[in-house]
Amino acid sequence: MLKALVIDAGKCTGCKQCEMACSLENEGEFNVAKSRIRVFDFHTEARFVPYTCTQCAEAWCQQACPVNAITTDSMGVKIVHENLCVGCKVCTIACPFGTVNYNASTGKVIKCDLCGGKPACADACPTGAITFQDAEQGGFDKMKIWAAQSANAATHEGPNTPKASQAAGTGH
Amino acid sequence: MNYVILGAGPAGVTAAETLRSVDSQASITLVGGEPEPPYSRMALPYLIYGKIDEGGTYLRQDPTHYDQQRIRYVTGRCGGIDSRAKELYLSGGEVIPYDKMLIATGANPIMPPIPGAHLEGVETCWTLEDARHILKLAEKGSPVVLVGAGFIGSIILEALYLRGCDITVVELAPRMVARMMDETAGGMLGRWCEAKGVRVLTNTRVTNIESGPEGGPRLSVGLSIGQRAPADLVVMAVGVRSNTGFLVGSGVKTNTGITVDDYLQTTAPDIYAAGDCCEGVDLSTGKPDMLAIQPVAVEHGRIAALNMAGHKHRHRGSLNMNVLDTIGLISSSFGLWQGAQAGQTAKVIDEGGYKYMKLEFEGDKLVGAQCVGMTDHVGMLRGLIQTGFRMGGWKDKLVASPERLREAYISVAQGGAVGGADVAARQHAACRVPWRGERSLAF
Repeated sequence: MLKALVIDAGKCTGCKQCEMACSLENEGEFNVAKSRIRVFDFHTEARFVPYTCTQCAEAWCQQACPVNAITTDSMGVKIVHENLCVGCKVCTIACPFGTVNYNASTGKVIKCDLCGGKPACADACPTGAITFQDAEQGGFDKMKIWAAQSANAATHEGPNTPKASQAAGTGH
Repeated sequence: MNYVILGAGPAGVTAAETLRSVDSQASITLVGGEPEPPYSRMALPYLIYGKIDEGGTYLRQDPTHYDQQRIRYVTGRCGGIDSRAKELYLSGGEVIPYDKMLIATGANPIMPPIPGAHLEGVETCWTLEDARHILKLAEKGSPVVLVGAGFIGSIILEALYLRGCDITVVELAPRMVARMMDETAGGMLGRWCEAKGVRVLTNTRVTNIESGPEGGPRLSVGLSIGQRAPADLVVMAVGVRSNTGFLVGSGVKTNTGITVDDYLQTTAPDIYAAGDCCEGVDLSTGKPDMLAIQPVAVEHGRIAALNMAGHKHRHRGSLNMNVLDTIGLISSSFGLWQGAQAGQTAKVIDEGGYKYMKLEFEGDKLVGAQCVGMTDHVGMLRGLIQTGFRMGGWKDKLVASPERLREAYISVAQGGAVGGADVAARQHAACRVPWRGERSLAF
């Protein structure tokens, strides 16, 4: 069954254990600058938002890669093949979510690959802000409904209209 | 249906694969102009400094890929097109009939009319064969003159540097990457290169190239500043031009590139065009322009193929963007980086630290950006510009503190104000239809 990271920013306390766990799991070191998940800190509002790749169905990063170094596995996860990546960084500007980043120490790009099916960030999160759930049972259906609402709203009025925001609110 | 695709770069290969994905029965022929399997020109600099071998430049790694997709891959140069008889002629004499054809012949490097430019040791860096020549001539310590410090020139610069060459860059414009970034950014790149031991000559022209003196470097390059530079290798990187010369008399109208409509169809029936050879719409200006970058080639290839197969998809325009690594200093530019008329600008500069970010607004929308020394989450700039999100109050916050870009992005583009699964849901919605060209949620 497909599983997905479900992020509930309302539960995030900004402890950044997800970043530490991600860096350790994927880079073998505690270096949050190399984490594939990032917690954005809204200084003035004391609010934190964990943020990472959501494995787009038709991924911009994948389409932009000139050497086919990003492929989709059987779980729908977009994986960077280090042996093929030349480090051109086109995927880092092509991903409109900014979730593919360049790692200067390897000369390759990095992105979330769900740790091969056992994401370290979700294991490390002490508050349940990041969970790894069966896509069918978890937030996925809710997300689909929500996405449709948002998309409809956006088609007619643009994504930042009150209606779209309202749709976002009801989906929460 | 019999589809023929002329040109086997990213646009052509993507088109062939897209056609197969929507039509399992069609006959699909992909015509490449070079002897190798389809490869990426963008990967050549990485071949030159040994990061990859030739196989690493291939667009698709599996040698059986085209057979598996039932795409017939043939090599040959185009000798002409008869759009009435619906036939493509290859220079070897082969005639390929088509029902629908895509022209994806890319671009060719411009060879400036400099006396001596034909001499051995003067190379472009455009094909695998070019790269092989450069590999032979660019040894550790070899004096190399690189003509052109635009986007392509600057990528080649890094490859030559990493091979250990002794580099002189000659650029006609007053700064490096003049068509990609402003004076501040171009100046930073120039100083960075000089600090690395590269000689950067801006406002300088090559006047002639001659054979070098006996026993010395192979060539001697005359410069408009009254000096000569010795060179074992001269690399020409002054720009590229759409490869359309074979279309004379074909009924396919060309300007600087092939003229296409919003469905990437040319002026000739059943002939489409995609990639560097055509002038698709620039999203930022709404006007046709040749945007010779990989993501645009792929986008064109995909959309043209869908239209060829009868699945109408309007091309709303492509965003111009570039990313460049100049000996470790990474820069990027997006959209209207020069700024909008009567627009507002936000910038943060750290000259000594080689860091720079400049944002360009029109009303409360982000329309352009450039960055030096900043790579994290840089794709967010594309997201904001391409989507045309209204930034609302975040515009003024960004004008005051551009470094708050990530906060602004989360708030504006990802519904950060509501948080939770909503962030993922918005991404999900935005991701579903990246090729439609319609702005569903985000695009």
